[in-house]
Order: sequence, then structure tokens, then C-alpha cells
Amino acid sequence: MADLSTNFVGIKSPNPFWLASAPPTDKEYNVRRAFEAGWGGVVWKTLGLDPHVVNVNGPRYGVIYGADRRVLGINNIELITDRPLETNLSEIKAVKRDYPDRAMVVSLMVPCEEWAWKEILPKVEETGADGIELNFGCPHGMSERGMGAAVGQVPEYIEMVTRWCKANTRMPVLVKLTPNITDVRYPARAAHAGGADGVSLINTISSITSVNLDTMSPEPSIDGKGSHGGYCGAAVKPIALNMVAEIARDAEMQGFPISGIGGITTWRDAAEFLSLGAGSVQVCTAAMVYGFGIIKELNAGLSEWMDEKGYTSIEEVTGRAVPNVTDWQYLNLNYVTKARIDQDACIKCGRCYAACEDTSHQAIAMKPGRVFEVVDEECVACNLCVDVCPVEDCITMEELQPGMMDLRTGKVVEADYANWTTHPNNPSAKAAE
Amino acid sequence: MTTTPRTSGVQAGRLPPEALAENFQDLHAPLDHHEATVAADRCYFCYDAPCITACPTAIDIPLFIRQIQSGQPDGAAKTIFEQNILGGMCARVCPTETLCEEACVREAAEGKPVEIGRLQRFATDGLMSSGVHPFARADATGKRVAVVGAGPAGLACAHRLAMHGHDVVIFDGRAKPGGLNEYGIASYKSVDDFAQSEVEWLMQIGGITLRSGEGLGAELSLSGLRPEFDAVFLGIGLSGVNALRADGEDRENVSDAVEFIEGLRQTGDLSSLPVGRSVVVIGGGMTAVDAAVQSKLLGADEVTIAYRRGRENMSASRYEQDLATSKGVRLMFNVQPVAVYGNGAVREIEFEYTENTGSGLTGTGETFKLAADQVFKAIGQTLEGAPEGMTLDGNKIAITGAGRTSLAGVWAGGDCAAGGDDLTVTAVAEGRDAAMDIHASLMG
Ligand SMILES: Cc1cc2nc3c(=O)[nH]c(=O)nc-3n(C[C@H](O)[C@H](O)[C@H](O)COP(=O)(O)OP(=O)(O)OC[C@H]3O[C@@H](n4cnc5c(N)ncnc54)[C@H](O)[C@@H]3O)c2cc1C
Ligand SMILES: Cc1cc2nc3c(=O)[nH]c(=O)nc-3n(C[C@H](O)[C@H](O)[C@H](O)COP(=O)(O)O)c2cc1C
Ligand code: SF4
Ligand code: SF4
Ligand code: SF4
Repeated sequence: MADLSTNFVGIKSPNPFWLASAPPTDKEYNVRRAFEAGWGGVVWKTLGLDPHVVNVNGPRYGVIYGADRRVLGINNIELITDRPLETNLSEIKAVKRDYPDRAMVVSLMVPCEEWAWKEILPKVEETGADGIELNFGCPHGMSERGMGAAVGQVPEYIEMVTRWCKANTRMPVLVKLTPNITDVRYPARAAHAGGADGVSLINTISSITSVNLDTMSPEPSIDGKGSHGGYCGAAVKPIALNMVAEIARDAEMQGFPISGIGGITTWRDAAEFLSLGAGSVQVCTAAMVYGFGIIKELNAGLSEWMDEKGYTSIEEVTGRAVPNVTDWQYLNLNYVTKARIDQDACIKCGRCYAACEDTSHQAIAMKPGRVFEVVDEECVACNLCVDVCPVEDCITMEELQPGMMDLRTGKVVEADYANWTTHPNNPSAKAAE
Repeated sequence: MTTTPRTSGVQAGRLPPEALAENFQDLHAPLDHHEATVAADRCYFCYDAPCITACPTAIDIPLFIRQIQSGQPDGAAKTIFEQNILGGMCARVCPTETLCEEACVREAAEGKPVEIGRLQRFATDGLMSSGVHPFARADATGKRVAVVGAGPAGLACAHRLAMHGHDVVIFDGRAKPGGLNEYGIASYKSVDDFAQSEVEWLMQIGGITLRSGEGLGAELSLSGLRPEFDAVFLGIGLSGVNALRADGEDRENVSDAVEFIEGLRQTGDLSSLPVGRSVVVIGGGMTAVDAAVQSKLLGADEVTIAYRRGRENMSASRYEQDLATSKGVRLMFNVQPVAVYGNGAVREIEFEYTENTGSGLTGTGETFKLAADQVFKAIGQTLEGAPEGMTLDGNKIAITGAGRTSLAGVWAGGDCAAGGDDLTVTAVAEGRDAAMDIHASLMG
């Protein structure tokens, strides 16, 4: 059986699944039950200096549903912990004492002044926690007070605060990044330069999930007014994966540890984050929506898949897909595919036809008897029909082998790799060597 | 001694009133909001959707389901009513398993179609119960049209004509409008006097006068109507019944299934309706199933449907057949009645087995007898009272195009007209299309 244990920036845990800093990790009662359920670690809900913040007393969440009211994403306007610092610290200490094998990371957010960090760090160290995570990500409430995303959007501040922390504690320091920036490599490089042991990403994305059309208030609505919140859950996974990959393949940050976060809902999502360079993963929304019990599926699924593939440890998975992440200009233009419809599997819904017809390509023909067939002369191989077909594997993309004719371009498929950089239509093409 | 299902003879009150009330409630409970949302989410919004093609009135099913999905069931209802003004009744009585739901791609995908019928009921019930009529009349055209028959065909025709600004008079020989919606459809498909409230709701369009108790061939004649109106539409259904042609057919307690059902639909007290202990229904269509099932629900001990051909030929769908068996009705195939025995009243009935030799259905000579104290004939209805001089096609009124009969200015649709299945929804489609054709020819 695969060994799921991890040693991430020196912090050990029996599996790579940590609960992200959020309500599920806001108190002892919760974290004990999470550990009993099997979670490998937690990042405790972000602590701040006293007097502690207060939350709104009305709705905190907005939601985006898929079919059957399945939660695809939520946003929240919650702040950092709204309990006194001492309460949290004593609970952290008690839990860590009873669960020495689990990762206990403490998330922190204090004003951007060195004295504040000097004040809180020894207190956290005293709990026996394994590490700290600097919350430079929260997009609402805290950023307006010059903390959270307000720091995370300025690389110089990230570097400065990280340096203070490294100077004032022996604990490993993770920097949690906000996705509310244009290029995540800049804040990541700043954390790297400041001496951080690793980065965690993503925090939530600034968002308005919906507007109540009766009251004309954004949701969640507090007495008729709403504020932007932080978006998370399955819907944000694609954004998070890309940001993780951008850091993983950045030349300046080779091997920089990443804790992957954002929309992880099943073992498969977790495996994808690992493959794109994460050494551990964190889960928030899925645990909030379905409860701690999902850890059983996450652990069992990851282990099963690793066994199938012959991977024995998490390190073997981490970064495996990174070499295959490239820039558009290097994609092989001689790779030609065509959609193929399995007529036996087809249920004749016509969605592939509508999608292809109205998207642009008119490459699916509707024949008498609702028989849908691909017109090779028109198929640009975009894959949209595969995406919209309700029957899995009913439409597949078939690779044309070298020597075969692409009926759309009238060209014979070439065996050699060729990309845009050398393409004749590219004004700045370099001559092929 | 109290009467029970096993009391012999034809008796009323075999079951206590509570059991009767329970038996005759809605066959399918309406979907609540949550169920409707879940059901609507399953629709794929197919391109040129096969369910639309399968609906005789061509309701834009994916559109109305999408309107339910996006939180506007009243908009969904309007989409339905634009094509089918009796969408409320059709949602209750359509054999969806052989129409839209059979064609639904999710039937092919996983054997569980989108519940189109129940979603249609969800949408239409909502709008109708709010009392809103979603259509308004066009400016008056000054044209007058007579519609004979207030069944689904006549009502659909009248509504569409009124919408286009024509003045319509509906004549019906019976006391209440609705046709078989009122007198024929099984009770558990149309509870709470739905047929009458539907007619009232439909009439809100305005411009329609209903004259009940005026029958063609009795109070009225076609030659009288034609000069008085700019056009005439006939939707008179099939009011005759076929004969059994078995010896002893005239014995007591041998009657027409439609009559029995009519009694059921019109009674205010189910426990006053007599039914046999051993009931035999002869026939293979929806009427046979409805008579058999309702006999069972009234408390008959043994109910048998005897059909002369094989199961695959039965015009009642597999779903209807299963409904019958689930209520305890026994189905017999390939048996035809040869004689009815009894001293005054029927006591038993003799059947001969049949087989399909290439040249048609023939008796095998082998016979058997079934105990029966009540026999219902459900072997088809026939056209009665077709006006003089009208060309027939088989036993029905011959039509061309959208219901044009051989007489100028006279249209026909629904069960009385040739072509199409004898279904409520088909009658609605034919009535609507004839109205459009009448409109076009009047405004020409
Ligand atoms: C027992 C039974 C159960 C059925 N169950 C179903 C079902 O579940 N689903 C389904 O889709 N279909 C069902 N059908 C079929 C369906 O009811 C008919 O196809 C449909 O009602 C036909 O509509 P119509 O308007 O043509 O005729 P009808 O509904 O028969 O209406 C004809 C109208 O014309 C009137 N009329 C007749 N003669 C004259 C005259 N000379 N002058 C004036 N008025 C006249 C009648 O009083 C009646 O109101 C069933 C039929 C029966 C008999
Ligand atoms: C209600 C709520 C509160 C959160 N509070 C914090 C917090 O205090 N500190 C923090 O670093 N991240 C916080 N987050 C962000 C999560 O830790 C996580 O980064 C984000 O939700 C993305 O992961 P997910 O898609 O698995 O939820 C919060 C998220 C939610 C939903
Ligand atoms: S989830 Fe719990 S705390 Fe939140 S509103 Fe519902 S009952 Fe209240
Ligand atoms: S989308 Fe898939 S199932 Fe639907 S018609 Fe196209 S190939 Fe067939
Ligand atoms: S066939 Fe079924 S899935 Fe497709 S549009 Fe009709 S109801 Fe929806």
C-alpha cells in the first residue's frame, strides 16, 4: 500500500490532507473530531491580536449551485477568528499535546509592524505548534484594515513580513497567497526571497455570487446591503491549479514547497494539485459542505490510485505533471485529432450538434433518424462536443497518424513536432533549424 | 351481514367509504416545488428535441422545463398553453410512456425519462390555480363559428378561434362540457372536478358561448348551422359502442364499459355504485384497463381483462397493463368470448382461445368458462350521427389537410375524424390546427 505520509517543510503528517484555515479549524472541539475522522493536519483558523474582531450577525455565505442544488462554489464575508487569542492558544496547545502525530499549523494575521509579530510569535511557539502560515490572502474585511490581501498584493510587504517572522521564530513559515493579483509569481517570489519555507495557495477570490432581484441587494445580504466576499469551492479549482503550476515551473523558485488549496473536493482533485507541484493539500469548502467524513474517500481514493499507478510515496507524485505544463507557443501544431462518435453509445440528444453548429464550426451533421456524424472536413478538433455530450466516452478525440490526410486542411499529417515559434504565419518566427 | 368483496352478485358498498376515498385519489400525486426542481434539472435541453416531435401538440418541452429550472413555472405554463390549451388535462391523462417520455433521450440513456408529464402538471396547476388566464383576444373579426362538441377537440378549436377574435358558439348534446374529460377519463386521473374547472378557466378568454343540451341530429342540424355561421367545426367524438357478437350478450349485467365509467365519474357517492364480485372486461384498450381497475378499486373480488389478441397488440400501453396488474387485475390474452350464460343475469362466460395464423386471427376450437357476475364490453367506440352527405373514411369522417371535411365550410377533428390516435392530446392538436385553418380561410 502506498505511503501517504508527508514531511512538508519539516512538518510531518500521516497523510497530505490538511484542513485549511477556516471555520472547521476554529476551535478545539472541531479539530479533535477532524483528527478522529482521519485528517492529517490542520491550519488553525487565523489568529489576530486582541481585541478580537467581530463577525456580522447575519448571513455570511453566498452560493453558486449546479444541477440538483449541488454546491459548486460559495463565497463568504467571514473574518479571522472572533474568539480571544488566549482561548485559541490554550486550545491549540491541548490538541497538539493529544495528537502529536498530526500537523498543527497556526495561521496568523497581525498589523504590518514588526512589534506585532514579535508579540504573537513566541505565544504560538509556546503551544507546541509545528509551524505558522501567514494569512496574506483574506480579500474582505481584513484587507480594509491594511492586513490580509492588502499585504498579499504588495510583494515588498510580503518579503518584509516574512523576513520578520523568520527572524523571530524557529517554526517553519508558510506564506498563504491571495489569488486577487495579476501574476501570482511576484508575491510567491517575494515570499521566497523573504526566506519563507513554502507557500500555500490559493486563498479566496473576491466575488459577488448573486444579487437578490427583489431587494436589489448582493447576497449574502445584511439588512439590505451586501459586500464582496471570498469565493471558494469546486468552482475555483481551475484558477488554483494554474497558480500552483505557475509557481512550480518558475525558474527562480525551483523546488519551493507548495501547499495546494482551492476547490479540492475528491481524491482526484488532490492528486492533480500534487502532480502540479504541491507537497501537501488543504481543504476547506468540501469539508464545510459535506463534513469531516470525506477524508475517508480522500485517503482511500488517493491510496488506491497510487497503488494502481505504482507510486509508493507522495513525493513521487509531487510535480510529476509540471514538465508537461508549457506555454501555448510550444504546443505541437502537427498533432491532429478528429472527434469520433460512438453510435451505439449515442442517445441522440443533439447537444453536440447545437454546440458545434452555434459555436462556429458546423462540423457535426444531423442525418435522418437523428444520427449525428462528424464532418472531418470541418472538424477543428476543439473538443467542445466531448465536453457537452452527456454520455461519458460517447465522443472521443482520435489522433490522426502521420501520413493520414487532415480533410479540413487538405494536408498530410507530419510526424515531426512543429510549433508556433517556427510557423510561417508567425511574423516573428525563427527559421527552423 | 355487511357487503364485502366476496359477497356474490352485483352489489354496492363492498368497501368502507374511507377505503373508497383512498382508492380513488390522484394516481400520481402532484410534484411539490422541490421534486419539480430535481426533476427539471434532469432535462438536457436537447437540440430539436425528440420529445417535442413525439408530443402530438408539439409543446416546446425543453423550453418549458428550462423555465421551471430558472424559477418561472408560470412562464413554463404559458409555453405549454400556447401549444395545448388543455395542457392541464393532458398532463394527467396522456400516456406519456408512449409519447414524449418514450422519446426522451434519458429513456434511452438510463431507462428513466425526464418526468415530462408531471412537470407539465406542476407548471399548469400553478398558473391555473392562481386563476390567471394567460391569453387575450385579438380584435373582433365579426366572424362567427359554430363548434359542435365540447370535448377536447371542440374546446381547443373554440379557444384558438376566440383568441383570433372570432365569436364562437359551442353546442353539446350533454349537460356538462368536457366530453370524455368529464365522462370518460378514469377518476383517479382527474380528481377534484378538474375537467369542469379547466373548462371554466379556458372560457375566460371570452368570446365563447356554451350551449349545452343542444345536439346535432336532435335540436340542431348541420343544414341549419351552415347558413347561420361562417364556419362549422365538428368534434363530436365517438358516441356509439361496438357489439360483442357473442350469444347471450343481452343478459343482465352485461354492459358497456364507457357507461360504467361515466357512472363512476358522475356519482357523488362511490359507495352507492354496484359492482360484481367476479368482473370480466372484454377489450384491450385504455377503456378496458380503466373499467377493470376501477371495478377493482370499487371492491370487486376478481377482475379479469380478456383480450382476443396477444399482449403486444394491446392498445393499452405496457405501463397501463402494469397499472392494472398492480391493482390485482388479471390479464388474459388470445381469448375471445363465444357465449354468455346465466339465468336472466350473467353467471359465466365462455371463451375460445385464439391464434394468429398468417391470414388473421382464428379460434382454436378449445374453449373454457369463467365465472362472471358482471361483464363490461370495452371493444371500441363508433361514430354515431355523422351528418348526412358527409364523406366517411372507414367509420370516421374523412378529412383532408387540417380537418377539412367533404362539405365546404365544415371542419372536423378529434376522435370523430379519420386519422390520428384516439387520445385527448391528439384531439387537442386537431382542434387547434383546424381552428388555424378556419382562421386562415375566413381572413383569407
Ligand atoms: C374510458 C375512456 C378512457 C380514456 N382514457 C384516456 C386517457 O387516459 N388518455 C387519453 O389521452 N385518452 C383517453 N381516452 C380517449 C380520449 O378521451 C378521447 O380521445 C378524447 O376525449 C377525444 O376528444 P373529442 O373531443 O374528439 O371527443 P369527446 O371527448 O368524445 O367529446 C365529444 C363531445 O361531443 C359531444 N357530442 C357527441 N355527439 C354530439 C352531437 N351529435 N351533438 C352535439 N354534441 C355531441 C359529446 O357530448 C362530447 O361532449 C379515453 C377514452 C375513453 C372512452
Ligand atoms: C468561511 C471561510 C472562512 C475562511 N477564513 C479563513 C481564514 O481565517 N484564514 C485563511 O487563511 N483562510 C480562510 N479561508 C480560506 C480557506 O482557508 C481556503 O483558502 C479557501 O476557502 C479555498 O479552499 P477551498 O476551495 O477548499 O475552500 C476561509 C474560507 C471560508 C470559506
Ligand atoms: S448553519 Fe447553523 S449556524 Fe448557520 S444559520 Fe444554519 S443553523 Fe445557524
Ligand atoms: S451529445 Fe453525445 S449523446 Fe448527444 S447526440 Fe451528440 S454524441 Fe449523441
Ligand atoms: S428528450 Fe428528455 S432530456 Fe431531451 S429535451 Fe426532451 S425532456 Fe429534456
